[in-house]
Amino acid sequence: MMSGEIIKSLIVPPHPHPVLCPDKNEGWQRIRDAYDEARRQIEESDADLIIIYSTLWPSVIGHQIQADPNPEWVMVDADFHDLGSIHYSLKIDTDFAHAWNKANISRGLESRTVAYDGFPVDVGSVVALELLNPNNRIPAVICSTNVYSNRAETTVLAKSCMDVIKQQGKKAVAVSVMSLSNRMFTEAIEPHEDRIHSLKDDEWNQKILEFLSEGRLEDIGQLSRTIHDQIRVKKVVAFKPMWWLSAMNDNRNDLTGKVLAYEPIHGAGAAVVVLDPQSNGTGDKEYDEDDVDFYGGDRNVLDSSEDETESSPLDSGPALYDPVEGKNAVNTSKAPKPVGAYPHARREGDLIYLSGVGPRQPGDNSIPGGPIKDKAGNPLNYDIKAQTRAVVDNIARILEEAGSSLDNVIDVTSFLVDMDRDFSGYNEVWAETLGKVGPTRTTLAIRALPTPIAVEMKVIAKV
Amino acid sequence: MAKGSIVAGCLAPHPPHLVYADNPDQNEPVSEGGWEQLRWGYERLRESLKDVDYDVIVVLSPHWQTYVGTHFIGVEKCSSKSVDPVFPNLFRFNYDLTIDVELARAIHDQAKSEGMSVKMMENPDFRVDYGTIVSCHMVRPEWDKPIVSISSNRSLSYYSVEVMQEMMMELGRSTAKAIEESGKKCVLLASNSLSHRHFVTETNPPEDMSKEHITSHAMHLWDMRMIELMRSGKSQQIINEMPEFCEQAIAESDGGALTWLLSAMDVPTEPATLHGYGTIIGTGNAIMEWPCHTWGEQ
Ligand SMILES: [Fe+2]
Repeated sequence: MMSGEIIKSLIVPPHPHPVLCPDKNEGWQRIRDAYDEARRQIEESDADLIIIYSTLWPSVIGHQIQADPNPEWVMVDADFHDLGSIHYSLKIDTDFAHAWNKANISRGLESRTVAYDGFPVDVGSVVALELLNPNNRIPAVICSTNVYSNRAETTVLAKSCMDVIKQQGKKAVAVSVMSLSNRMFTEAIEPHEDRIHSLKDDEWNQKILEFLSEGRLEDIGQLSRTIHDQIRVKKVVAFKPMWWLSAMNDNRNDLTGKVLAYEPIHGAGAAVVVLDPQSNGTGDKEYDEDDVDFYGGDRNVLDSSEDETESSPLDSGPALYDPVEGKNAVNTSKAPKPVGAYPHARREGDLIYLSGVGPRQPGDNSIPGGPIKDKAGNPLNYDIKAQTRAVVDNIARILEEAGSSLDNVIDVTSFLVDMDRDFSGYNEVWAETLGKVGPTRTTLAIRALPTPIAVEMKVIAKV
Repeated sequence: MAKGSIVAGCLAPHPPHLVYADNPDQNEPVSEGGWEQLRWGYERLRESLKDVDYDVIVVLSPHWQTYVGTHFIGVEKCSSKSVDPVFPNLFRFNYDLTIDVELARAIHDQAKSEGMSVKMMENPDFRVDYGTIVSCHMVRPEWDKPIVSISSNRSLSYYSVEVMQEMMMELGRSTAKAIEESGKKCVLLASNSLSHRHFVTETNPPEDMSKEHITSHAMHLWDMRMIELMRSGKSQQIINEMPEFCEQAIAESDGGALTWLLSAMDVPTEPATLHGYGTIIGTGNAIMEWPCHTWGEQ
């Protein structure tokens, strides 16, 4: 498998001023210079794809991804039309666009590609690509912001994008085109009169930039709704791009961040920020909100006759049992319920025999990394590494209940439903976890497991 | 010179689905029809306007969104292709239209003298928004009348419904005054839906009417309430209830078009005629006409 990754993330402002008239205001020129610096950094890297998430392209039918190989037209800003026009001719990585769209759908999102002559590429995407990628040195992909999407959906959108980056081995630059505070002056101003609209907006912007310069991207994501309430005109419902960008970076708080410029553009907070994936050695992540891998939200609204209750991956699966309390049984509420009449484990002498353990989560029966198929049996994209990690976690919980631990595992039999697809991911997680303990291991390919999971392990350990 | 006048005011919603379903030559996608209730409604409106003498269509569309004041197209000949960024699969329309720049500027100047933030749009590369095009096409598919295109100032997002309405009331008065002084007869179009909660999935084909319905009962109740108020000439009450309507029905009148229209007609107590009602991917749409030309000389 090739290893793709995000090699750089950028936050850049959407207004046309740095393209059309940087010379009219020193601050606009500094934004332009910062854009140029970001461009140089991209040129010096081995980036082969630029991914734009633009808050200025709203969508209603899920997310839309540009898939015209060469969108070409003349862009005129709705407000700042007097500054001039921008002729654009972009190069889109259509393979990536289609693959991302597919990955979105397999993670439960509504999604579609668009490829139409004359499609009005939004001002944010045009400005960002014009300045970061003149002459289309590397191909780009552009995604809309859904007006109704929430954090879960925006996070899953990023994860499916990462699925494709990894599959295709891309070295990608992720770009959020957005203002910080987005309140503009509602009247015409002279260029020299430009300033951040209010002191409050400026203070919040400074705080955001302080976090970003410390690489604390996930913290900004977590503060998204608060920031939106405080300093955002309600144009696209929330401060969504930070959810997307953080999820593109594995929700990390220890990136290496640098603010290249921060200036007002017609009152709004415009900043150019670069985030590199190298760890700055500080700040561990702390979740206030769930991590989501698969979107199961309120999308299916067209068919009013359909039962509207939320479906769990197991709705159509086997019945669940309370673990059997037999002789020498070891059972725990911290492991998923069995799919038959058996205990979680059984102690015989100083050995512990575990029943087969999968990734299902105790309580809600969710499957980290997503189920391998939907209720109708249609295959879904899933993350084998997340599933394998969840299996190991479940094993650890059962062993703890038995008064033992992962360190005492002596023999493992693993079952994979798709050896070709999953062996390397499974093996990677194994090496990081049980591989360090050193039990004997046998891995088998099997046709199916009773629930929509891809991996299960049978374990023998010492007390 | 005789005084100009508003001969009719219309609520003329602009979902691109209507043009798509009509299959005019100018639009690239091809459909099997759909949304007939609304298209028949537009047919009745056209029939009603057939013998009305007018010079210009003045339209305010929420899809030319401006944050720095209210803008007016100031380019006489506009021709290009308008592609809806939200439904590009339905609407890719080759337009060739004429702007009444003189009247646009007159309204602009009048509003400016009243202290409003206004601007003329004079960039020849500017593309006319799809809301303006859909409403104008459905009302007058011959495209033989010049139009005045007014942007939707997003003062509601910036401030509140109250501020938006205050500004739109002023813009309405300025529009009426400028029209009167121009000596022209005008049809005004408020280009917006009523309740505005969309479905976020699309049927295949999009015109599959077996899946079309209002998104919720609450939205239906709001739509019917607004239509009843319009039909019974209670314009002032519509303005009074606008804050709740915008919030609870996510109404597209948040863009100011309806308030502007009512104000331009001097908040009429005369009833409006309902030509049609229907939903489009869940949003509520009514085609209404205030036949001002029948109200007699004030
Ligand atoms: Fe609309």
